[in-house]
Amino acid sequence: MLNGFWKLTWVEAKVFMREPMGFVIPLAMPVILFVLLGRSLSFGELESGSAVEVPFNLPILFALIIALQAVVSLVVIISIYREGGILKRLRATPLSPVTILSAHVFVKLAFTVVSLGLLVLAGRQFFPGAMDVQLPSFTAALLLSTLSILSLGFVIASLVPTSRFARPIVAAFLYPMVALSGLFFPIEQLPSPLQIVAWALPTTHAVALMQGIWDGSGWGAQWGSVVGLILVFGVCVGISTKVFRWE
Amino acid sequence: MPPPVISVSHLGKSYGSTVAVDDVCLEIHKGEIFGLIGPNGAGKTTTMECVEGLRKADRGTISVLGLDPRRDLAALQHRIGVQHQEAQLQKRIKVWEAIDLWSSLYPRVVDTEVLLARLGLEEKRNAKFMTLSGGQKQRLFIALAMIHDPEVLFLDELTTGLDPQARHAIWGLVKGIRERGKTVFLTTHLMEEAERLCDRVAIIDHGRLVEVGTPAELVERHCPERRVVFTSEGTDAAERLAGVPAVRSVVSEGCTHTLRGEGDDFVTHVINLIAREGIQVKGFRTEVPTLEDVFLKLTGHGVRD
Repeated sequence: MLNGFWKLTWVEAKVFMREPMGFVIPLAMPVILFVLLGRSLSFGELESGSAVEVPFNLPILFALIIALQAVVSLVVIISIYREGGILKRLRATPLSPVTILSAHVFVKLAFTVVSLGLLVLAGRQFFPGAMDVQLPSFTAALLLSTLSILSLGFVIASLVPTSRFARPIVAAFLYPMVALSGLFFPIEQLPSPLQIVAWALPTTHAVALMQGIWDGSGWGAQWGSVVGLILVFGVCVGISTKVFRWE
Repeated sequence: MPPPVISVSHLGKSYGSTVAVDDVCLEIHKGEIFGLIGPNGAGKTTTMECVEGLRKADRGTISVLGLDPRRDLAALQHRIGVQHQEAQLQKRIKVWEAIDLWSSLYPRVVDTEVLLARLGLEEKRNAKFMTLSGGQKQRLFIALAMIHDPEVLFLDELTTGLDPQARHAIWGLVKGIRERGKTVFLTTHLMEEAERLCDRVAIIDHGRLVEVGTPAELVERHCPERRVVFTSEGTDAAERLAGVPAVRSVVSEGCTHTLRGEGDDFVTHVINLIAREGIQVKGFRTEVPTLEDVFLKLTGHGVRD
């Protein structure tokens, strides 16, 4: 099954990095926005208690943005590859379907780690004291969250008719999820039907998990979110194997 | 006679209520260039993709190199090379990266340097796919399809959209592939391509096979008429030739005369006759029907309809 996996992953990573709009801007934008927004909201001065309390957790928001960027990018790439017959050409080789798609997932996860690294570096530079998180643990939480949302991305990628519509369609799916994720207001304040929807979405569990890890409560306290993310992953992979279109 | 390399019997495939391929039977032999010809949407690609094992047929049986393409797909993929119609590569992948990736997927590969040189791509090794011309892209696809030295090569609409020069270069390459003992199964909607390149062709229309044979056989069978058009000084030349048995009809417009007849001997007869009658000829040409004429006659419409 792994025949060609690393070679294909390396090729896809290089191809991805050669796309300035697809690579540099998604890497730089969250960092710049994080710093600018953090400054204007006096993030980091929270520790000393001298600033007004910000209404939500800025690092979690940007971690989520990084995860969602990976998903948008994946859906767009898959739709371009499908439209251009690249998926079809790869399918005609001894590469297994799982290998072809896993290579993209791996590139996206690696990109997510690099993005998070830059965010943390910038955060430690500009907001000393506010970024003292257990980095390996938080990275793991972000990767699990990204993987779970990526699996949903494959389902969305099956619904995208052409690459022109990929970005708006995936945005229309994902951004309302952020609103319901509990990042801006507690899930308990939502009407109960929306609460059910919220708990079915990977973003909600992602926010809960990352927030928990950020606050230092440890993985033991987050098992509900972990199970939620794994469940979403399992269900979405199951659906994808049925509905994913190669051409 | 050895068993055919590809054998298709009673192949059928529908998409919903649309019948794409209906009761197609084919045999393709080792070392031949076989062309499936027909207009766009006739069922060429569907037939080919069923044979490659990439599409599941609804009915019929297919055997490629003695293997069942669906059941033995993994084994077959090491023995066949596939070039898809209008399938691209990653825009920013470099030529050498594609060659390197494809090479890594097969246990046994040809010398890629020799392959690149043969396809005229050695200068383009570091070029990104998006910067290649149409002809260079097609040559790269042929290189990728041939990297594991397959016994059978499938080429779907290989020269569509290429300029005449690039097209002729590709034809030369495909003939070279046959000379190395490979079997080539191609589809095209270009009748000239089929006529120049293929040892045998099958005409497909609305999912059904209409005819199979060598291009010359099909012309002989369905469009046997030959025409001789000549211009002469006198206007009575036509009358002097009209009574000869081999000539079926003569039409004259001023000094230009068109003679119609059948069979390989027809042109010889007419030349002999002109010589015997001592007719002064200023211009002379023969018109032999082409595969295009056969296609028009058999299907009742042009290839581009």
